[in-house]
Amino acid sequence: MMVAPAALRVVRCGGGTIHGVRAVFSADSKYLLCASGDFVKMYSVATEETLRLMGGHADLVTGIQLNPRNHMQLYSSSLDGNIKLWDFMDGIPIKTFSVGSKLLALYALASSEDSVFVVIPKSGERDTFQLVSVKLTKTAGQDVEAKDLSVVLDGVGASPKHIAFGREGQYVASVKEANLQVYFFKQKQLNRFSVNTTKTKNRNSQFTCIACHPTEDCIATGHADGKIRLWRNFYHKKEYTFSTLHWHHDIVMDLAYSVEGTSLLSGGVESVLVLWHNESDCRKDFLPRLGSPIEYISMSSDGSLCCTLHKDNRITIINSNLRFSKSIQGLIKSIDVKTGLVVDPRTKALVLNGEPGHLQFYSLQSDQQLFSLDIVQRQYIHQAGLKQADLVKVAFSARGKWLATVEEREEATDPELQLKLWFYDEETQSFKLNTRVNTPHEDHITDMCFRDMGELEDDSPILVTAGRDCVFKVWVIVEDTDPEAQQSVSWSCDFVGSYHNYQATNCCFSEDGSLLAVSFEEIVTVWDSVTWELKCTFCHPPGKIRSICFGRLTCSKYLIGATDHGFLCCWNLLTCALEWSAHLNVLVLQPDPLSEHIAAVSWLSKESSLFVFKPNEPRPVYIQRNLCKEKILLAAFVPRDEPEMTGSEKYLWLRSSQLFFLTDTQELLTLSARSLEERLTPSSKQLAIEESLPVTPFSLLLGKHRHQQSQEDTDLGKLVVHNKHEQDSPAVKELLHTPAHVLPSASFLCPIFINSLLISKENKSAEEVADEVEMESEKTDDDSDEEGDATEMEQEDATPMELLGEMTCKLSKSQERELRKLRKMDYSWISAF
Amino acid sequence: MALYKPVVVQTCPRLGERITQDTVYWEGYKAPIQIKEFGAVNKIDFSPVPPRNYAVTASSRIHIYGRYSHEPIKTFSRFKDAAYCGTYRDDGNLLVAGSDEGIIRLFDISGKAPLRQFDGHTKPVHVAGFLSDKYRIFSGGDDYSSKLWDIPSGTEIVSYREHTDYVRCGCASKVNADVFVTGSYDHTVKLFDARTKSSIITIEHGQPVESVLLFPSGGLLVSAGGRYVKVWDVLKGGQLLVSLKNHHKTVTCLCLNSSGQRLLSGSLDRHVKIYSTTSYKVVHSFSYAAPILSLALSPEDETIVVGMTNGVLNIKHRKPEEGKEKSQKKRQPAYRTYMRGKTYMPKQEDFSVSKPVRRALRKYDKLLKSFDSSKALDAVLEPSIRLHTPEVTVAVMQELHRRGTLRSALAGRDEKQINLLLTFVARRVIEPRFTSILVTVADIITDIYQPVLGQSAIVDRQFLRLQEAIGKEIDYQGELLEVLGMMDTLFASFAEKKVTSLEETRSNSPTEIIETDE
Repeated sequence: MMVAPAALRVVRCGGGTIHGVRAVFSADSKYLLCASGDFVKMYSVATEETLRLMGGHADLVTGIQLNPRNHMQLYSSSLDGNIKLWDFMDGIPIKTFSVGSKLLALYALASSEDSVFVVIPKSGERDTFQLVSVKLTKTAGQDVEAKDLSVVLDGVGASPKHIAFGREGQYVASVKEANLQVYFFKQKQLNRFSVNTTKTKNRNSQFTCIACHPTEDCIATGHADGKIRLWRNFYHKKEYTFSTLHWHHDIVMDLAYSVEGTSLLSGGVESVLVLWHNESDCRKDFLPRLGSPIEYISMSSDGSLCCTLHKDNRITIINSNLRFSKSIQGLIKSIDVKTGLVVDPRTKALVLNGEPGHLQFYSLQSDQQLFSLDIVQRQYIHQAGLKQADLVKVAFSARGKWLATVEEREEATDPELQLKLWFYDEETQSFKLNTRVNTPHEDHITDMCFRDMGELEDDSPILVTAGRDCVFKVWVIVEDTDPEAQQSVSWSCDFVGSYHNYQATNCCFSEDGSLLAVSFEEIVTVWDSVTWELKCTFCHPPGKIRSICFGRLTCSKYLIGATDHGFLCCWNLLTCALEWSAHLNVLVLQPDPLSEHIAAVSWLSKESSLFVFKPNEPRPVYIQRNLCKEKILLAAFVPRDEPEMTGSEKYLWLRSSQLFFLTDTQELLTLSARSLEERLTPSSKQLAIEESLPVTPFSLLLGKHRHQQSQEDTDLGKLVVHNKHEQDSPAVKELLHTPAHVLPSASFLCPIFINSLLISKENKSAEEVADEVEMESEKTDDDSDEEGDATEMEQEDATPMELLGEMTCKLSKSQERELRKLRKMDYSWISAF
Repeated sequence: MALYKPVVVQTCPRLGERITQDTVYWEGYKAPIQIKEFGAVNKIDFSPVPPRNYAVTASSRIHIYGRYSHEPIKTFSRFKDAAYCGTYRDDGNLLVAGSDEGIIRLFDISGKAPLRQFDGHTKPVHVAGFLSDKYRIFSGGDDYSSKLWDIPSGTEIVSYREHTDYVRCGCASKVNADVFVTGSYDHTVKLFDARTKSSIITIEHGQPVESVLLFPSGGLLVSAGGRYVKVWDVLKGGQLLVSLKNHHKTVTCLCLNSSGQRLLSGSLDRHVKIYSTTSYKVVHSFSYAAPILSLALSPEDETIVVGMTNGVLNIKHRKPEEGKEKSQKKRQPAYRTYMRGKTYMPKQEDFSVSKPVRRALRKYDKLLKSFDSSKALDAVLEPSIRLHTPEVTVAVMQELHRRGTLRSALAGRDEKQINLLLTFVARRVIEPRFTSILVTVADIITDIYQPVLGQSAIVDRQFLRLQEAIGKEIDYQGELLEVLGMMDTLFASFAEKKVTSLEETRSNSPTEIIETDE
């Protein structure tokens, strides 16, 4: 495939597993630094905004640490084998140290002068890792080789949670499986301990994480069975002691000591943050229902804030008194995106599964969650192996007035199904539950769609659900005639259709809403949406229909279907015959709502490819092979606010909408001619912090204003002088200094005040007068027969500053002059030609 | 951080009659008082002025009852034969009545002997009433004529002989002193103007007219006859506005409520129906013991009086407003304590901070929040919840099942508690909305307590009851399926086009079959 110079590239815009390491607070606790994929992100703690995006690593960032000797600098390590030193306030990489092997974790200590500790895989052996210290030489230059490695500990865990450095860096403790080893740097002594797995009769007492007391010699370890052990006296190989704290019912995911070491924080799958006071089992506080399992806990250096990173990519900031403070959330990673990617017609936000039982509205522009709509409305129990109701299908009506959701709970005998219809309430600006249907189908609902009537819509929307119980159902609004009823409208089933007892798998309305296509396993049936009569059937054996869609605009006579035997078929609805078919294993079939184009994503030989085509011609408009290595499961066209002007004809299909993909790792991708750096809006770049003032929206606003003003000052220096002059005009002075009670009425004062603001003719600076004189002298031949007042247009343009000024009187004056000039201009010379 | 979400209790929309504001309003009457009259009660009329006495015409007497007295205050019995249509004048001082002998009598409320007797009708007079100028009386008799009488002189002013059958009902306009309507068994309603020599509008009702009513505005006319109540627009020259057919026997009487928003009709089918005068839908109905002949509603809807063919007078008084009395009984705390800050008017620059509303959790929710499964189940097995709101009990069982702790919550119970549980399950398992979860509960209970079976007679009996209940339900479902099969055959024998409706029936019918391994 030939790639045009301005090639489209795949841009990752959110999602995925982004947090692989504990977050770090800046020294003043105003900023939060997080590793996020290949990037390091800096958030403002006060406003939750992303301030910086530091990119440069070629692979996952595995460790970030503040430089102990300079709190404005940050070390980051990555799987690409580099350690980078950043000035995070400006987002500039200072140095790059290349180590050579994969780096799995990074630790920086104040006590160790010019070296940092990293975890690297042991050469020659698989799945064994060692902790080494890397000497970072102070040679000049950007890229420095750092090959001076010395092994500290062997056989450590790969996770950054498995190693902790003790009091002032005197010792390092590491856990792996059921073993704990402590190495004392001064004594060069290595002590090994292990929890007896045979005694506890289960292998679940393995270590999962470790934290060291900041001031005392005490090590806290978390275990897979939910216990926390506190180890003391570990200088002695035999007489060591440990005590146990137990609250968690499942794996302890992370531990963190408070700055003074008086309390210990722990978190796990329960998504409850537990605060243990004085290391005792009886005194503990909880912060429950944090939304999703806690992966990492970190404390700020002044102890005022605590931050938890969650499994669903959320960051929660918690006050020291265990009060929820803020939450930074982008695209929430849900357990499984069953709803598909849906675009909310009202906000243009992507809508998909969020927290369990919730629907998240994700703003693509700001990479933030707009809001989360609770659909299931039940308490979610964070416990492994529990089958709980979750959202499986979502559909919006064309204008976003109605939202239909299906939730189900898997059960052995019969699934618990609920269809809910939500009405958008303009007053509260949120969705309100209108109708709840218990068990709308007897088996799983496979597809759901609204009749999309475009302009005519919203008087009588129709919803169609297709189920595995071999029927599709049509739901309509019924109005309650009783004037005193609480709700005036509700939904009820209007028609049940089936076809030869085949399972209904997909449903789709044509653009004008007159036809409904429902696929029953291998067969596509087309129904009249007024009389609900079966019009015709299509079939392309072998293979069941995976997805169907109608063509749009000029191609509305076509019906496209993809089968799971790798065929893409296009049927003509007028002739009821197959127009063309292509051999393509299509996973996703997505029509653009604003054009005729249809995007098909295929999965072939371990890579996803994109084909964009129009139904009226079998040749694709655009092909991109090797879109990404991951399997693409979902795609959505998001309408642009304004059509993008792309030069190349090839990318015409991207003009009105943008295509987004969601991979199986829940990473959101898009195709764009611009890179991510450019996509970041200038406003977010402006968030640079000149002073260490707290960044508030107001200060930003003020800053912007100030910035603009200074620009204006330089541009319109002359006018500013005028302005200053006016301020001490007698009329204004009088107005401002006379006591209010003796002032005449405002209507009387108004003309005086306005007049005082006008620039009188006498006030015109000598400079300007000179200008005009000059203009006169520069008369050109064309209008030489005219009087001296007429000036050339170009010259008018050459002095735009006058016009740019906001003085209306001046503008009108110049306009007047122009008019006069036009009037006086003689075009008689044209007749000569 | 999210708040704890309480258990969702699934409520099913109640089938049948919905509770509306009308139901609440019209059900707000005390138990009725029954008074036996001498004959069929043909007219009840409330005095337009307080105290709201009412005149009941039955047999050859007219009784005046006080508001709460259940003995007649006064009786007019100067009738040789049956009296008809005892009607008050607008000021409540005079009463007029027709009679079987054809004489119309005018009584003073305070006197006993008639003030005037109007002689002229040759047959019984069933209708008599005052025009709104108070000085004239209209009447209609079985001699097919309608007459107007002058009270001061006691003479006949005009006589209309337009009806071709008995005149049995009439009504005077409240806005025009010259206008009155009469309805007759010749199926017509005629509107007369005293200033003209003949009727001005004739309305064809279609059935013998039993009752007519003019709206206070004078624009609408309601006629009742046969099973129909019809509303006519008089101002459009007698155009039919709406025809109501809600009774299944002859409608005998009509009445408006005090606000004019509701129309009441009584019928021989022993029902009183209440219609909204905006939508003309039945909003409520009362049923009585005998066919209804007459009906009256006191001003302010304080009392409904219904007269029946068996001579029973049924009186219902409105219940006093409860809420007000209770709050008066309670000792109010110091006014200032509770009004502190309430009267403060926020200034423009004030920033109001609303206090977060604390939601009170139910007991079972609190227990579920702290993962006390057994205790939560105990809490919903309290009699108050178990008996009155079984859906709450079932919802908590469902929630426990969802959390996977139902088995442990059900286990370890003593004889009394098992008895309680089984009683509940056996009683509710057949309710379709509870079936799915209660079958699971029954399964688990059987599993857990199988080993102790035979140790307690009480528990054994409950198990047998459960088995019996489920067996019955299975039989019932079987029968239902049979019926469904029959219906399918019937539908199939219809036109082929009916295929879809057949499928609809199938999907809507209850087909769940409860399986049990007992």
